[in-house]
Amino acid sequence: MTILGFPILSLIIFSPLLGVLLLFFVDRERSELAKWIALLASGVTMLISLPLYFAFDIDGPAFQFVERVSWISAWGVEYHLGLDGISLFLVLLTTLLTFISVLSAWTAVTKNVREFMITMLLLEVGMNGVFVALDVFLFYVFWELMLFPMYFLIGVWGSERRLYAAIKFVVYTMSASVLMLVAILTLYYLNYQSTGELTFSLLEWYKLRVGFPAQYWLFAAFALAFAVKVPMFPFHTWLPDAHVEAPTAGSVILAGVLLKMGTYGFVRFAMPLFPVATHAFLPYLIGLAVIGILYGALVCMVQPDMKKLVAYSSVSHMGFVMLGLFALNFQGVQGGLLQMLNHGVSTGGLFLLVGMLYERRHTKAIAEFGGLMKVMPIYATFFLIFVLSSIGLPGLNGFVGEYLILVGAFQVEPVAAVLAAFAVILAAIYLLWMYQRVFFGKITNEANAGLKDLPLREILVLAPLVVLIVWVGVYPKPFLDRMEPAALRLIDMVQSHAEVRPADDPPSTVWGLVPSGWLRPAPTGIEYSSAEISSTDDGLFPRTGTQPEERAR
Amino acid sequence: MTSYLWLIPSFPLLGFLVNGLLGRFLGRRMVSLIGPGAVGASLVVSVLVFLEMLAAPEYEITQNLFTWIGAGTFQIPVAFTVDRLSGLYILIVTGVGFLIHVYSVGYMWDEAGYYRYFAFLNLFIFFMLLLVLGSSLLLMFVGWEGVGLCSYLLIGFYFERDSAAAAAKKAFVVNRIGDFGFIVATLLLFVIFGTLDMAEINARAETALSFGGALVTAITLLFLLGATGKSAQIPLYVWLPDAMEGPTPVSALIHAATMVTAGLYLLARMSALFVMAPVTMAVVAAIGAATAFFAATVGMAQNDIKRVLAYSTVSQLGFMFMAMGVGAFAVGIFHVMTHAFFKALLFLGSGSVILALHHEQDMQKMGGLRFKLPITTWTFVIGTLAISGFPFLFAGFFSKDEILWQSFSSPWGHPILWAVGAVTAVLTAFYMFRAVALTFFGESRVDPHVAMQARESPWTMTVPLILLAGGAIVGGWLGIPHILGEPLHLPNVLEHYFDGFFATLPTEAVHHEASTELLLMGISTGAALVAMWFAFRLFGTYRDRAARMKAQLAALHHLLFNKYFVDELYDWVIIKPIYWTSRTVLWLMVDVRLIDWTVNTVGNMARSFGGALRLTHNGIIQNYAVGIALGATLILWFLVF
Repeated sequence: MTILGFPILSLIIFSPLLGVLLLFFVDRERSELAKWIALLASGVTMLISLPLYFAFDIDGPAFQFVERVSWISAWGVEYHLGLDGISLFLVLLTTLLTFISVLSAWTAVTKNVREFMITMLLLEVGMNGVFVALDVFLFYVFWELMLFPMYFLIGVWGSERRLYAAIKFVVYTMSASVLMLVAILTLYYLNYQSTGELTFSLLEWYKLRVGFPAQYWLFAAFALAFAVKVPMFPFHTWLPDAHVEAPTAGSVILAGVLLKMGTYGFVRFAMPLFPVATHAFLPYLIGLAVIGILYGALVCMVQPDMKKLVAYSSVSHMGFVMLGLFALNFQGVQGGLLQMLNHGVSTGGLFLLVGMLYERRHTKAIAEFGGLMKVMPIYATFFLIFVLSSIGLPGLNGFVGEYLILVGAFQVEPVAAVLAAFAVILAAIYLLWMYQRVFFGKITNEANAGLKDLPLREILVLAPLVVLIVWVGVYPKPFLDRMEPAALRLIDMVQSHAEVRPADDPPSTVWGLVPSGWLRPAPTGIEYSSAEISSTDDGLFPRTGTQPEERAR
Repeated sequence: MTSYLWLIPSFPLLGFLVNGLLGRFLGRRMVSLIGPGAVGASLVVSVLVFLEMLAAPEYEITQNLFTWIGAGTFQIPVAFTVDRLSGLYILIVTGVGFLIHVYSVGYMWDEAGYYRYFAFLNLFIFFMLLLVLGSSLLLMFVGWEGVGLCSYLLIGFYFERDSAAAAAKKAFVVNRIGDFGFIVATLLLFVIFGTLDMAEINARAETALSFGGALVTAITLLFLLGATGKSAQIPLYVWLPDAMEGPTPVSALIHAATMVTAGLYLLARMSALFVMAPVTMAVVAAIGAATAFFAATVGMAQNDIKRVLAYSTVSQLGFMFMAMGVGAFAVGIFHVMTHAFFKALLFLGSGSVILALHHEQDMQKMGGLRFKLPITTWTFVIGTLAISGFPFLFAGFFSKDEILWQSFSSPWGHPILWAVGAVTAVLTAFYMFRAVALTFFGESRVDPHVAMQARESPWTMTVPLILLAGGAIVGGWLGIPHILGEPLHLPNVLEHYFDGFFATLPTEAVHHEASTELLLMGISTGAALVAMWFAFRLFGTYRDRAARMKAQLAALHHLLFNKYFVDELYDWVIIKPIYWTSRTVLWLMVDVRLIDWTVNTVGNMARSFGGALRLTHNGIIQNYAVGIALGATLILWFLVF
């Protein structure tokens, strides 16, 4: 399906490339022109993506605007794109944040402006590709593709310890995604064994019922790759470094979009492909999510650096997203999906704001500031709105997502929800304390006395995000409605497929590493029938020893 | 027919938007037209809706606007309900709110950020109306948090003052602790009832929950936590006295008359749940009595006029909690109403004094102001008589006496509650008359330079004072107790009004003789009268004796003056340990030393391993040849043997 006959998803993915192409012909010295070209390219991309919101049919098929052509036919690789209610908003968020980031970098980036803009546009290609690819091979290509622009963003345009942060970011993410690659190839092979078809089509793979214990291992490989990206505790330490060193635009994209790829990976791949494993690992994932929520918030409280504070708050907020998704009920998943969007808007906005201050004062240390409300009232107002949104003030976007997550989580794990609700208090403490130290009081540092308030360009950077904050907070229905079918499908896939599972569950061991009883049984179940899944069962890991049924005895 | 109900909160919201976005271009006159005007319009509509409600079947009108959050069975509509409780509240909020807006025009005229002030004040009214009108708990929570936000913004209005900034943050954070209770309670309710509509929850409470069960006790205790935050009760009262850093009209509106009664509103709203949890009710009454007494003792030793009033607010709110705790919801709401009048009056009166003395708040530097500020003085005296419970005329007497009587006579009451309440009433009379004597009577201790310029406030400030003084008298006549009203054929209007509205205690009422009631009333009122006279003489005429007494009771005075060192205690027991744990243990040890060290070590190991292998890869062909030879030999070795 296309809009007016155009392959709209391809247009969205590749129109930034047009900008890149133009930029190649721009003289290195003409940075103004480079900026305008990049702004135009990202602006056009954003405009092209907007019709998706209106053309997306809530009652329509699962994936819309589908484009499907063969790519590497020998391996069954296809160029297969499609959009559902989850990716819809992530694509819109990506195009909006890229545009905003380009605009925010107007005066912040002074060296290699042309290269910076090329990097930003390439990054956009990778990100949009990740969100709409329905062919797993294609997905992986985009997934790796967006890693390198980010590496350069941090490594070239970052601050003092940029190389350390950039390498840490890339190595950390890549080593986890290599495992995912292995898992992808395994699935490819399993699917071939089961159906005799060579395909990387995700929709085909959804029908696959992976045997045991292969499913646990494959899930673990996927989950690790995504958990690093989210990041879930304890895989989060690359994040503060990357954020602190990254230029503002990089931080905005990193927090706003790249972290979402982790959660997106869970809902698109790890959870629906491996429903039984998802259930088995659920207690740990929920546990890690709650630890992340509280741990991130507590560590946030003591950060002396504004950017690091916002970075750790991401750990806490993304923990909320994971908690909602793992609740695996309607409210939880809806809340988690909405909160992905909310986090992108609020935290992206906070990074923009910190960046604006950094540009003026070349420091992010909270102690350097104080009394800024006097000299920068407009800036202070914007900052407060984003802080309140991040705190989860009812009437703004954060609350709707967080509360839905809590409602969802409370129904399955009341203790987890109550613990997570503590973050309500902690978020107010760390953000308002920071706000107090930066904006209230008298100006004690002479360097702050002459700070200029926001010019129109910077107001324009922030205004769309404020509109979203209020819109989602007051009337989230258009967002929730569009996500609803996708959320229901996800829950259905994870819950109903989980019914097909070994009669003895959990298995006595997962390759001898995880003792039996540590994994949680799937909720309800029909008896395991070996005929049904035997085709996949013996495929990859031919059982030399015991079958699951035998272990039960 | 009810189509204009939504207008009530809309006017202040519009006022906030106009003044907030355009205020800096509008000029003071325009701003002062829009700000109070919006609330005035809201007041007019509120009166109309109130009258309509009285004529409506079941005394209830609702209006459903749109679905706010919808996810499967979880549906939260934006719907407003006006019934007898919220009807009374919107009148108080818009009525008292309007007067305080008008007063603010005079009080804030010279302040920078004039438009900002009115924008926030309007926003506050909007959220407060949302709080009382929302028919769903979650919509109420929007207002609940929203008033907290406005309180934050307005306490921090003088943001250049560090104490104001700290007080603002403290208010928000402490309220958030209470909000945690609110949120968890709503989660529990949703799981049990499948809805957050308050009317439905109340209606189904008896069938869905068991009397005195763990669930209902947990829910109500969590709500109580929320209420102690907003209504400044032990243990979460600490923010309210500090909130006096805000402009004085804000103290009057938010921290005395309206927002702080939100906790009581919640209790009254969910009365069907509370009467099913006797344990919670006992805790409510105990907290109320303890807070009332505790805050009154602190109030005796404060010198800052606003702090005295702040602690008296905490203390009066304690009275209201006590009433709720013994199941006398209507009486508690009665005191909310009378308190709104006289406490707003007292705060505004103190503001008038503060303005006249160029922002002097220390009562030691006042005195003898009755000649300079006659209207302020006499309205303030009326407010003081009301809060002290001067008998038979003033509002506070009727509501307070009714609370004391209920705390004694209710089946869930107790003589100890009555005794604590009566002693507190005496203390209240004492410290309030101390404040009056120190401020307006005796000889002047005002800096002569300031005293020269001190003059009565403009009409925008005195007219609200006079009107509120009227309310502080007449307001009480709505709830004349039967024992006094019946001989004179005066009805208890308010009791009649709330007839059958609140849930009643499941226990049979105990019969008490009329003589008991009269005796108790006589004791508490008589003692209070003595305290008034004593304090007035002591601090008005014989201040040297007061100083001597203070010296004799130095240790006690030190303890009271420093508010029992509760802030310091919280700091040492809660805040510092959490901060230390977060910083030293979680961040520096776990995050940096443990996790990140592991990550870097793994990275370094990979690098050193690669580095070691690199040494073999040095480009010297001879070495490679040796390697090949050795390898071949090894393979041969394995093959042969």
